[in-house]
Amino acid sequence: MKTPPVVTRAVARGFSGLAGRSGAQLLPQARLAGPMPWVIAIMVALMTVAACGGLALSNIARGTKAELAGGLTVQIVEAAPQARAAQARAAAAKLARWPGVAAVRPVPEEELNALIAPWLGEVAGDAEAIPVPALIDVRLDGRLTAERIRALRRMLAHVAPAARVDAQANWLQPVFSAIRSLQWLVLALILLLGLATSAAVWLAARTALGSNRETIEVVHHLGGTDSQIARIFQQSVAYDAALGGTAGLALGAAAVFLIAGRFAALESGMVAGGGLGWSDWLLIALIPVAGVVLAMLTARLTVLAALRRML
Amino acid sequence: MTTNQEEIVHFDNVGLRYGTGREVLSDLSFTLYPGSFYFLTGASGAGKTSLLKLLYLAQRPSRGMIRMFGTDVITVPRGRLPGFRRRLGVVFQDFRLVPHLSAFDNVALPLRVAGVAEEELRGPVADMLDWVGLTDRSDARPATLSGGEQQRVAIARAVIGRPDMLVADEPTGNVDPDMAIKLLRLFEALNRLGTTVVVATHDLHLLKKVPESLIMRLDKGRLSDPTGALRYPPRRVAAAQ
Ligand SMILES: Nc1ncnc2c1ncn2[C@@H]1O[C@H](COP(=O)(O)OP(=O)(O)OP(=O)(O)O)[C@@H](O)[C@H]1O
Ligand SMILES: [Mg+2]
Repeated sequence: MKTPPVVTRAVARGFSGLAGRSGAQLLPQARLAGPMPWVIAIMVALMTVAACGGLALSNIARGTKAELAGGLTVQIVEAAPQARAAQARAAAAKLARWPGVAAVRPVPEEELNALIAPWLGEVAGDAEAIPVPALIDVRLDGRLTAERIRALRRMLAHVAPAARVDAQANWLQPVFSAIRSLQWLVLALILLLGLATSAAVWLAARTALGSNRETIEVVHHLGGTDSQIARIFQQSVAYDAALGGTAGLALGAAAVFLIAGRFAALESGMVAGGGLGWSDWLLIALIPVAGVVLAMLTARLTVLAALRRML
Repeated sequence: MTTNQEEIVHFDNVGLRYGTGREVLSDLSFTLYPGSFYFLTGASGAGKTSLLKLLYLAQRPSRGMIRMFGTDVITVPRGRLPGFRRRLGVVFQDFRLVPHLSAFDNVALPLRVAGVAEEELRGPVADMLDWVGLTDRSDARPATLSGGEQQRVAIARAVIGRPDMLVADEPTGNVDPDMAIKLLRLFEALNRLGTTVVVATHDLHLLKKVPESLIMRLDKGRLSDPTGALRYPPRRVAAAQ
């Protein structure tokens, strides 16, 4: 009689099988039919928008802080125009010779008028009507400390008694702290979205596990190892997650570009500092990657836990 | 405990109960020897499938000791069990074909699990399908196969990897007598290559078709030994008659 056609000693060949195509075949190819990729796409889109917002905020804060770091404003608050001008000149001259002062710029009157025109109307030519303080922009080299400000104030008190010295960064302190709390909010949002994503993946993995229970049992009985079986699921879930993550990133990025265009149209100096650099985009591109890793890990742990209940 | 090199399976005082129910298998003590052909008979509900489940490592006994291939499989770490399962071929009573895979892919599955390369497995799987008469159905899904055809796919899948032990639960229950004989010949051929074969059946006609077979009979969960099959050296059926 003819010998049966068997593959000899297939069992001795190790445990690396079922990778790639033949493993993926084991599960029905019902991709995109389930809600998984769409849920992940929405989550990643939301996370992308939130992350862009957070990064833009921190860029604004950092840029503005650097710009204002060594900046001081000296105001001469004096109603009489002659005295005001004299004090301003004396203060500017004294400041220019003061050690540690990098630049002194008396703000020209036209510029001041232009600055306040939107609020007070045209005041040029009628300087008596509304007394506007004289402004001197001062830039120090090095850090601005309370000590240096006090020394400046003492010095200016002699030549310009009407002078008021303010660190420019101080004006924006409330803005900075508001930005900081917004950043915490963004971080919390991203964490919550990540949590919701892994919950969705967990549910999807469990459903897939339930509907493929027989297949899993068969592969298990044929000597498939737990990690072989888990890998099949990981691959399928990773595929879904990659698809959803890419779509979500595209969607989120599109939304961000749209909004960024609107803000750019404002031409506000502060908002312009919120542009995202390549390192920011790199960080944002990591969101779908993290999504895929999270999905694979969740799928793996779910499958391994179910398999451990079998002998 | 000393390990008998000549044994393939050894049961010592094994009992099995499902949950908190009564014992469906009691006091099983026997040894299976390499290269032998065993029939497991008994009435419906006697516990044949349960005993086979213990043999193909799908069930843990509630008491007793089971040794397979010289290793105590009750205490062995779970991670080593796949290695044992790959030395077994199993024909399940309910076939358990993977529903969305073709007949070809179902038969190829054990080889793929074991990491055999595609080009290496294509020929043997096609030959095996030819052997069980299913060449023209090799692309068919199990749902579109008849009961007998599904059974033949299940048998092809069990023997394709040339297992050390073949465990078959009612493997001829759904085929006509001619096909039943043909499948038995396949088991015999495999047996001659050195595979230990255990076939559960309540078809007593089948027993006579394999003259060198040994018979184990289950009666309400207890094993009787009408032909001395479980003694060593085993007494042949032919000699007992
Ligand atoms: N999973 C289970 N849970 C509880 N009881 C079970 C389970 N499987 C089998 N039994 C019981 O164990 C006993 C033996 O069943 P088993 O399937 O082993 O019999 P069998 O000899 O294979 O019968 P058949 O010839 O009809 O296939 C039966 O009384 C059955 O009801
Ligand atoms: Mg049965």
